[in-house]
Amino acid sequence: MRCAVPLLALLAVAAPALAAPRTYELPDETAALAPGPNLDLVQGNCAGCHSFEYISTQPRHWPDVRAFWTSEVVKMKKAYGAPIKDADVTKIVEYLSVTYGR
Amino acid sequence: MTEIGRRAALGIAAAGALGALQPARAESVNLPFANGGRPLVAYPGKRALIRLTSRPPQFETPMAVFDEGLITPNDAFYVRYHLAGLPLDSIDPDTFRLQVKGEVNRPLSLALDEIRAMPAQEIVAVSQCSGNGRGFFEPRVAGGQAGNGLMGNARWRGVPLRAVLDRAGVKAGAVQVQFDALDGPVAEGTPDFAKALDLDLARSGEVMLAYAMNGEELPFLNGWPLRLVVPGYFGTYWVKHVNEVTVLDRPSSTFWMTTAYRIPDNDCTCVTPGTAPARTRPIGPFKVRSFLTSHADGDQVSAGRLTTLRGIAFDGGSGIKAVQVSGDGGGTWRDAALGEDLGRHSFRGWELPLRLASGSYAVKVRATANSGETQPAEQPWNPAGYMRNVIETVNIKAVR
Repeated sequence: MRCAVPLLALLAVAAPALAAPRTYELPDETAALAPGPNLDLVQGNCAGCHSFEYISTQPRHWPDVRAFWTSEVVKMKKAYGAPIKDADVTKIVEYLSVTYGR
Repeated sequence: MTEIGRRAALGIAAAGALGALQPARAESVNLPFANGGRPLVAYPGKRALIRLTSRPPQFETPMAVFDEGLITPNDAFYVRYHLAGLPLDSIDPDTFRLQVKGEVNRPLSLALDEIRAMPAQEIVAVSQCSGNGRGFFEPRVAGGQAGNGLMGNARWRGVPLRAVLDRAGVKAGAVQVQFDALDGPVAEGTPDFAKALDLDLARSGEVMLAYAMNGEELPFLNGWPLRLVVPGYFGTYWVKHVNEVTVLDRPSSTFWMTTAYRIPDNDCTCVTPGTAPARTRPIGPFKVRSFLTSHADGDQVSAGRLTTLRGIAFDGGSGIKAVQVSGDGGGTWRDAALGEDLGRHSFRGWELPLRLASGSYAVKVRATANSGETQPAEQPWNPAGYMRNVIETVNIKAVR
């Protein structure tokens, strides 16, 4: 019976998460947007739902860069329900086209 | 390939190119399309993978991993989420319940232990994101700009969905089964992620609720504690953290079925670049694909010596019949030897030893499935950049 205590201790170590929710920790976010016009507005409207690589990794050099970013912002607003004010759509498109348009 | 050779081939470089905000010694890769710079980052339970986005987390697997073996290790398996509301600290495996409801005679609420107590099945199957290779589309399309690493092959263990549905008793008139999960949107107006399968597919016996992957419980980022596995079908249907199965008497009306993940409803699933399809249908099974994994673009091999080209192939479930390799850009083709058969949903390995004279070679790989399907020389285009399966080309050089 001398091994009973170490065995129990081992079991306790092996199954610590059984009694409570298990936690997964995501590392801190490091991506940041480049400076540009209306940056605060873009951060306020976009950062709630996704990190900024969603913007920075998109293709650039579009024949019509404003048309591309307009369709993306409108998609976020209409399809994904982003609470973007109508008046802010153009301002956000301005930032994206100037900053991530080439 | 040596480790140094592989790293050079991957284009791994010291960070700096991506900006001062990357950790000082982070490594990066350049995916071979414009704006393809990505950091290599290790998250808990994962080795360093190619990070596309950090919230929600999205990672692709470096191609070199697929050269390590037919099974993709859990710590290297790709990660893809839509919505940033992850259940990071809310799942208690003791109180977790899978609800089975809707058009059933006996609604169920199953604990993990009850699911594990049912007769288990195992299947080796490829999971692949619908947008795998989207970054290569020309003209480019919006969306997650991935190389070809949004795929992986694992041995899944769980219970057949059919057994769970039979236990609940599906009512006459049911047509689809919808799957909801513990992850969700951040904004109130964002459609919660949910997917649906036609009842026949849901009851195929191959579709399963998996709780283990390669002999271990699912990694959190791959859907712990329970995920749907839909062999042969694109990853969008493989709902992670699944906790609700709802049998429907009409087709699902979720945004993720009716608006997103739809492909042109024609034979080529394609349209003229820049145009929208007249009719669409939900995305379905994989198209046949194959890859060279032993060498990366720009690699050098010894001229006159034996070089073994090696890689993988898979399709939507008929199995791989043949793999052919061309060293001259598609002019002539040679049959590769197929490797071990882990089942018709698995990666199939292939190998071809070659003695190459000095010179440059555009190595192309083309798989043919048992269904007769093969890979196209040109990639058909669709607006969402789904289902890439063109014959891939890797340029290598034989030098003395």
